[in-house]
Amino acid sequence: MSAQPLDVDALLQDPETTIIVCCGAGGVGKTTTAASLGVRAAQRGRRVCVLTIDPARRLAQSLGLEELDNTPRPIADVGRDGGALFAMMLDMKRTFDEIVEQHADPGRAAQILDNPLYQSLSSSFAGTQEYMAMEKLGQLHRDAIGNGEWDLVIVDTPPSRSALDFLDAPARLGVFLDGRFIRILLAPARAGGKAYMKVFGGAFSLVTASLNKLLGAQLLSDLQTLVAGLDSVFGGFRERAERTYALLQDPGTAFLVVVAPETDALREASFFVERLQQDSMPLAGLVLNRVHTTEAPDVSAARAEGAAEDLDEAGDHALTAALLRLHAHTMRVRDRERHLLGRFTGAHPDIAVVTAPALPGDVHDVHGLEQVGAALAGSVSMLD
Amino acid sequence: MGAQSRTRLHIVTGKGGTGKTTTAAALALHLASDGRRVLLIEVEGRQGIAQLFDVPQLPYEERKVAVARGNGDVYALAIDPEDALYEYLEMYYHLGRAGKALRKVGAVEFATTVAPGVRDVLLTGKAFEATRRRDGQQYTYDAVVVDAPPTGRIGRFLNVNAEVAGLAKVGPIRRQADGIMGLLRSPRTSVHLVTLLEEMPVQETTDAVAELRALDLPVGAVIVNQTRQPALRPAQLQAARAGTLDASEIDAGLKAAGLTSHDGLLDALTREAASHAERVGLERSERKQIIAIGRPVVELPWLADGVDLAGLYQLSDLLGQTKSEVPW
Repeated sequence: MSAQPLDVDALLQDPETTIIVCCGAGGVGKTTTAASLGVRAAQRGRRVCVLTIDPARRLAQSLGLEELDNTPRPIADVGRDGGALFAMMLDMKRTFDEIVEQHADPGRAAQILDNPLYQSLSSSFAGTQEYMAMEKLGQLHRDAIGNGEWDLVIVDTPPSRSALDFLDAPARLGVFLDGRFIRILLAPARAGGKAYMKVFGGAFSLVTASLNKLLGAQLLSDLQTLVAGLDSVFGGFRERAERTYALLQDPGTAFLVVVAPETDALREASFFVERLQQDSMPLAGLVLNRVHTTEAPDVSAARAEGAAEDLDEAGDHALTAALLRLHAHTMRVRDRERHLLGRFTGAHPDIAVVTAPALPGDVHDVHGLEQVGAALAGSVSMLD
Repeated sequence: MGAQSRTRLHIVTGKGGTGKTTTAAALALHLASDGRRVLLIEVEGRQGIAQLFDVPQLPYEERKVAVARGNGDVYALAIDPEDALYEYLEMYYHLGRAGKALRKVGAVEFATTVAPGVRDVLLTGKAFEATRRRDGQQYTYDAVVVDAPPTGRIGRFLNVNAEVAGLAKVGPIRRQADGIMGLLRSPRTSVHLVTLLEEMPVQETTDAVAELRALDLPVGAVIVNQTRQPALRPAQLQAARAGTLDASEIDAGLKAAGLTSHDGLLDALTREAASHAERVGLERSERKQIIAIGRPVVELPWLADGVDLAGLYQLSDLLGQTKSEVPW
C-alpha cells in the first residue's frame, strides 16, 4: 500500500488548526475518533472543545461524566502543558430555542416557541439537526476567538442520510429565503396579498389553493405564522451559517474522513472525499479505523491453513492447529482489508492515511481514548 | 413462513455498519421464495440495493432485481422524495398542474430539501402505498421490505406521521397520517433490528427497542449478523485469556508443522488467541443482552468472502431455516 502517512500530532499541535471535522458513514467510529483526538490534543497543550452529535451516553461516560448536554463541560485531569478538554453534545431543541430567544423580541419569541409546528420542527423532525450543528459549530468557534477558553473545536458529523448534509444547510436555506415560496407564505401576514397577486399572477392563487387543499387551513396558517415569526431570525441564522461554511473552507479547518475497512464504508468515503474536494474543503486525510493486524504477517493464510491440516492429519497438536486456523482467519481478514484500502488509495493517491487497530472491546475511559489517540498518532508503520 | 405471517411490511433497521441493507435484501429474497412477489425499498439514496444485486442504479420505478428460490420475484425501488411528492399530489389530489406550479415557486424544493420532516412523511407514505396496493382482489406485493434509516433515527422516521397527525387536526393530510400510523402500529408491520455482537450496536439496539415500544411500534426479530464460532474450545479460551496456554506444546506443534523459521510466531499466535478469547467473552455477554430484549433472535454467519450474490442467497436460506418464532 503506497498511501502516504498522515501526521496526526503535527495537525493537532499546529496552532493554526482551529477546527477538526470527523465525517464518515455511520458505525465507523467518528465519535470515538473525535474524542480520542480531543484527549491527545489536550495532552499536548491545546485547549479543546469536543462537540458530538451522537446522543449515545457512552462518550460522556468514557470521559467520566454521567451525561453531556448543550453546554461545554470541562473534563478534569486531562489537559497537560496548559491544555484542557471540554465536551458537549448537541441538543437541537435547546440550540434552536436559544436562537429564537436571542434574535426575536420577547413577545414574538414566545409566540414562536408556542407554535405547534415549531415544536415538532425543533424536537422531532429529521433535518433540523444539520442546521443546528452548523449553528453550534459557529458559536463554539466564535467563543474560542472571543474568550479564549478553547482554541480548537473537534466535531463529529450528524448521522444524516448523507453525512455531508450539513454542508448543504446554508445553501438550502438561502434558496428558500431568496425564493418566491417564502414570499407567498408571508403574503397574508404582510397584508399585501393583492400586490403579490400581481407579481405571481395565476401561480399565486393556484399555489395557495393547492396548499390549502393539501395541508388544510389550520396547518397552512400555522406554517404561515411560523415562517412570519421566524422571518427576523432567518436572516441572521443564514448569515451565520454562511460564515461557518466559509470557516470550514479556511485552511485552519481540517476534515478527517473516518472509515472502516469495509466495501460500503469505503465507497462512502470516496463520496465524501470527492464532495469535500468539490466544495474546496480542506481534507487532511483518511482515518482507517478497526484495522486487523498481526504480528506474524509473513505466515500467510494458506500456509497457516496448510500447516493446520498437516497437524490434523498427523492426529496430534490440536491446540497448535486451532491457533494456526485462527491466524489464517486473521490473515484473510487482513488481506481483504488491505485489498479494499489498496483500491481506495489507488483511486485517491494524494490522500494521507492513518490507521487504528480493531480492538476486541469498546473504549470505556480516558485511558482507552488515549490508546486510540496514540495509535492514530503512531500508526504509520501499520501501513507498511 | 413462521406463525405470524400476517406481517406484510417489514422495516429493517440497525446501527451503521451492521449489515442492515444486506439483511433487508436477504429477507426480501426469503419472503419471495416459492412464487411470491416482494418489493424491497431503499429510502436513503445510497443505491446500496443496486450494488448488492449487481444491477445498474435504480430509478424511481419498481424494477425486478432478483429471482428467488422457487421462482419468486424481488422488485426494488429507490424512493426519490421529489418524485414521491408529485406522485402523491397526482394520486390523492389530482394536482398534476398544481404540482408544476408548486415546483416553479420553490414549494417542492422547500418540502423535499429545506423543511425538516417532510422527506420522512413522503418516504413512509410511499411504503404505505406499496404495501396496500392491489391488482384486483390481490395485493400487488405479498410483502414489502424497507431498508430503513439506522437505529439512531428509526423512531423519528417511523413516528413522523404521528407528529403530523398532531399538527393537522383535520383534512386529507390528517387522514393520510392516521392511515400510515394505523398500518405501522398494526400486526401487519414488524420492525426488525440488525446488530453485531459488539457493545455499541447492542446498546443502540436495546435503546431503539425501548423507543419503538414507547411509540407503540411493533418490534419484530433481532438479527445478529456476522457471527463466528469460537476457534478454540472453552478450556483453551480460558487459558488464552489467562495467558496460560501451554507454550511448549504450541512450540512442539509448530516444529511438527515445519514452522520453526518464523521468529516470534509463538508469541504472535498466543496474543491472537488472547484477543480472540477476549472477544468471545464479550460476545457472550452481548448475546445475553440481546436475549434479554425478549424478541426472537436469528443469527447470521460471517461470510469469509464478503457478501456477494451467492452469499445473499445463503443468508436468505438461513433466514428461512430459523427455529425462532420469527414474524416471517
